[in-house]
Amino acid sequence: MDSIMEFFSSNLQMLYILLFTIILGFEIISKVPTVLHTPLMSGANAISGIVIIGAIILIRHSAPDDYFTLGLGFLGIVMGMINVIGGFAVTDRMLEMFKKKKK
Amino acid sequence: MFETIIELTYMVGALLIVLGLRKLGSPDTARRGNIEAGIGMGLAILAALIGPMQGASNNYGWILGGMIVGGAIGWVAAKKVKMTAMPQMVSIFNGFGGATAVVLGMVELEHFYSGTAMDGGQLIVTLLALIIGGVSFTGSMLAYLKLDGKVKDKNVTFNGHSILNIILLLVMIAASVYLYMQGRPGGITLAVIVMVISLIYGFSFVAPIGGADMPVVISLLNSFTGLSAAAAGLIYGNLVMIVGGIFVGAAGTILTVLMCNAMNRSLLNVIIGGFGTSAAAGAKSGTDGQIVKEIGLNDLAIQLYYSDSVIFVPGYGLAVAQAQKALKELDDLLTANGVDVKYAIHPVAGRMPGHMNVLLAEADVPYPKLLDLEEANAAFPATDIVVIVGANDVVNPAAKDDPSSPIYGMPILDVLEAKNVVVIKRSMSPGYAGIQNPLFFHPKNKMLFGDAKAVITKVASEVKDL
Repeated sequence: MDSIMEFFSSNLQMLYILLFTIILGFEIISKVPTVLHTPLMSGANAISGIVIIGAIILIRHSAPDDYFTLGLGFLGIVMGMINVIGGFAVTDRMLEMFKKKKK
Repeated sequence: MFETIIELTYMVGALLIVLGLRKLGSPDTARRGNIEAGIGMGLAILAALIGPMQGASNNYGWILGGMIVGGAIGWVAAKKVKMTAMPQMVSIFNGFGGATAVVLGMVELEHFYSGTAMDGGQLIVTLLALIIGGVSFTGSMLAYLKLDGKVKDKNVTFNGHSILNIILLLVMIAASVYLYMQGRPGGITLAVIVMVISLIYGFSFVAPIGGADMPVVISLLNSFTGLSAAAAGLIYGNLVMIVGGIFVGAAGTILTVLMCNAMNRSLLNVIIGGFGTSAAAGAKSGTDGQIVKEIGLNDLAIQLYYSDSVIFVPGYGLAVAQAQKALKELDDLLTANGVDVKYAIHPVAGRMPGHMNVLLAEADVPYPKLLDLEEANAAFPATDIVVIVGANDVVNPAAKDDPSSPIYGMPILDVLEAKNVVVIKRSMSPGYAGIQNPLFFHPKNKMLFGDAKAVITKVASEVKDL
């Protein structure tokens, strides 16, 4: 229990940001027309690849001969990057189609 | 100085991601929004790469190697995928994000058990990243297999599946709580077991969820991946990861709720599933011996050609048959003859949120021709003929007038309000939900059996000959 309290007190700012982000997230995205449901989903999906930053930090901190960390971190980066690049590219492809027919 | 620049880069990155996601919500700005979010992501990754780190050995070779490999795979996959296979692709990408969170959680736990300091809060968020990421990973992979038709619903589910799921969930939570309480003596073995359970649970929880509910599942898994990324962000105290992850979580949750509302079902109801299994037996018996009227290609062509207004109702069958371009050609022919052609889009038509919009956009159908549920229902009474292409449950009148139907209460497209209804369908088999559709037997309705693409192409050439 103490350790949880300690975590709260030492990460108070983080928790503020967390709470406000949750509220802001719902406010900003709440109204989306049907036509954009898929792009929103796949765009958000690409953003979830932000987890790759964790893998980058992990590898940078790792000892050069810690192959367990390096190997798994590498795997994490590969998968995270697929998520990021693939996600953004696919979303752009979709949105390009939406744009084209407006003219 | 340098450190501040890095911090600011992170901040601008987070800002661009938030603004980009916001712009994704409006048709005019969506594409720019996506690019902005991408730039924001790029900045954040750059900051993570070059930001000062005390005593770090960097190991850039590993990082850049991984980025090149993953980036190339993602790029090629995104460029090659067919628009009809979009739900599968998004599912895979999503699963990989979750898998990254699993890797991070596992490595951090291994470090913890081999002596690295970690406070109680960090241990919690690490476990969360591991578990949520794990569920998201295998769940997305199974969703991909199901969407791609590689796995049939019946092969992976059984009676009492939801009981197994509840047990798995409870065991997973209990084991995690135990790990947390134990601290270091808990041991890496138990952590691995928790990971394995989360992976099994992800698979098992998606298993009984039927195809028609896929839009809900995909949105939900998307939201999970976001949350796992946010949890991973808490491990490293990285604000961009937290902000990005939470936003994705919010977007996924909103879409999940929208999809559930469109079916008038609760999320719990969707997850527990059993949609198709319990319903099929009861509903089928009532339709025996009823008469189904068929219509010929030529008759349909004539009817379409001489009507004033036509509304197409596309469904998953359109995607399977890849008939969107053929449909657009038929649309062009009719429009050229002065027929008013529209499309009625049900929010859960297809296998992911907005699926039909993407397909029709690929075929260059102008946006104003697409009617949403309310607009379409208002337009039906003045419509001469409604043609249903590969949709089923979203036009099932049982949702309105049969309280015993499992989809009772789900808002549907009221196609029977129109003067004529034609259903293009491969066979009389019930829809993905396994529910018989009384619409097929309605006196107003005529059936045209065949593959959607083949049928529409033929009708179009008949129209051309008129």
